[in-house]
Amino acid sequence: MEYFAQQLINGVTLGSIYGLIAIGYTMVYGIVGMINFAHGDIFMVGAFLALIVYLALAALGVAFAPLALLIVLVVAMALTALYGWTVERIAYRPLRGSFRLAPLISAIGMAIFLQNYVQVAQGARVKPLPPVVRGYFWQSEGGGGFVVNISNVQVIIVLTTIVSMIAFWLIVTRTSFGRAQRACEQDSKMAALLGVDVDRTISLTFVMGAALASVAGLMYLLYYGVADFYIGFVAGIKAFTAAVLGGIGSLPGAMLGGLLIGLIETLWSAYFSVEYKDVAAFSILVIVLIFLPSGLLGRPEVEKV
Amino acid sequence: MSEAMLSLRGVTAYYGAIAALKGVDIEVPAGEIVTLIGANGAGKSTLMMTIFGAPRARDGSILFDGRDITHLPTYEIARLKIAQSPEGRRIFPRMTVLENLQMGAAVTQFAHFDEDLRRVFDIFPRLKDRASQRGGTLSGGEQQMLAIARALMSRPRLLLLDEPSLGLAPLIAKQIFSVVGELNRNEGLTVFLVEQNAYHALKLAHRGYVMVNGQITMSGGGLELLERPEVRAAYLEGGR
Repeated sequence: MEYFAQQLINGVTLGSIYGLIAIGYTMVYGIVGMINFAHGDIFMVGAFLALIVYLALAALGVAFAPLALLIVLVVAMALTALYGWTVERIAYRPLRGSFRLAPLISAIGMAIFLQNYVQVAQGARVKPLPPVVRGYFWQSEGGGGFVVNISNVQVIIVLTTIVSMIAFWLIVTRTSFGRAQRACEQDSKMAALLGVDVDRTISLTFVMGAALASVAGLMYLLYYGVADFYIGFVAGIKAFTAAVLGGIGSLPGAMLGGLLIGLIETLWSAYFSVEYKDVAAFSILVIVLIFLPSGLLGRPEVEKV
Repeated sequence: MSEAMLSLRGVTAYYGAIAALKGVDIEVPAGEIVTLIGANGAGKSTLMMTIFGAPRARDGSILFDGRDITHLPTYEIARLKIAQSPEGRRIFPRMTVLENLQMGAAVTQFAHFDEDLRRVFDIFPRLKDRASQRGGTLSGGEQQMLAIARALMSRPRLLLLDEPSLGLAPLIAKQIFSVVGELNRNEGLTVFLVEQNAYHALKLAHRGYVMVNGQITMSGGGLELLERPEVRAAYLEGGR
């Protein structure tokens, strides 16, 4: 029982990270109808930027961890957002209006480029982050049995995720920018007729997705303590799976899907096989695509016209 | 004729290699209702969209208040306070009626939103009852009302209406025409109306144009066109 509880806690933590990345996939899909396969690598770039900013701060002597983390979060979000914006500008916008596969192929190219760019610039070896947040938030009274731990890092990850998602949700549902964004998603031509600059809205969507991915990057870094140029690939595909499971295009779906994939992967590792944990996640992708193509919260394509 | 609010001069537009508009000249003077009638596929809706640059005019020029808007991006044309209730209504289906109206008001920076909202709810009380309902769940007539209301929310100087009577019960269609007439009379709203329902449109309009295969074949005062035997034969008695 304690063991199961522990796995649930770990799963929720991992699921938070996947959820943050999944939002970027689902949001971009909603508005331009393409899967941004470079998004996982934007997450990876976000993790590296967070690492670099943290090390720079440490070199400057910023020792107070909460302050350092806050600065890292803000700076990494801004820089990663710039990457997201640039990728859209260079690789996707020129292909808008082209055939559907073109931006998809361009995205895969961008993913390969980003991986190699980071590999060349930062080296292929795994980069460690010195432990920033230590200790436990809560531990069960283990009477000789298994002790359930909730570490401070896990609390930070889950809380940061919740705060980011709420902030993001408010932007999408309550602001006029969010409304314009949804309008573009539903009918971009009509949105333009109402004075919405569709290209700018799409750019900002990529910026928001990248910013959330960089939050996930920082959280990943805090959780695992390491980053390398390849982390974006697997994490990206899992987050994509999460987005598909939740229903691609649906924001609550992405959050839910992320959580579920995190839980499934963790429980699978705990009870069956750590080696095959990726198989579990990707089997979900296959099963969902076959039996539930519109996902858990996706909308079936029936609409009154 | 004095300087028109909207004038199209020799406008052509293409879908791929197919010419949809073949040199169209139209003048919409301020304060008037101008209507464009024609059969299916004549290019009427294309013309409406070409005014907004989608598709863009290949030759010719489009002037609004004497300013050349032929090459402006679509959203900037909208920001000049030209509003359109387009073909197919294009309501945002997963937004509430209120949100659809808010989208219409975006170009005004919401400067007089409450006032404008009250006004469109006065014109279309049905929308007020449905304010929190999703656009996609409205009936066809309600969607048409919403499309016009959304266009009015921008306080347009020029209102483009693409087949507002399409698919509506005759009574509702009549109601919509009378609303358009009132807005024109009471507020001096300039309207460019595309219609298949030639009788109602010509009766309402100060001026009319007839389009056949992407070309203007006839023009004149609304009632004057209504009297012409060619118009009567082709658009009024032809199908009956």
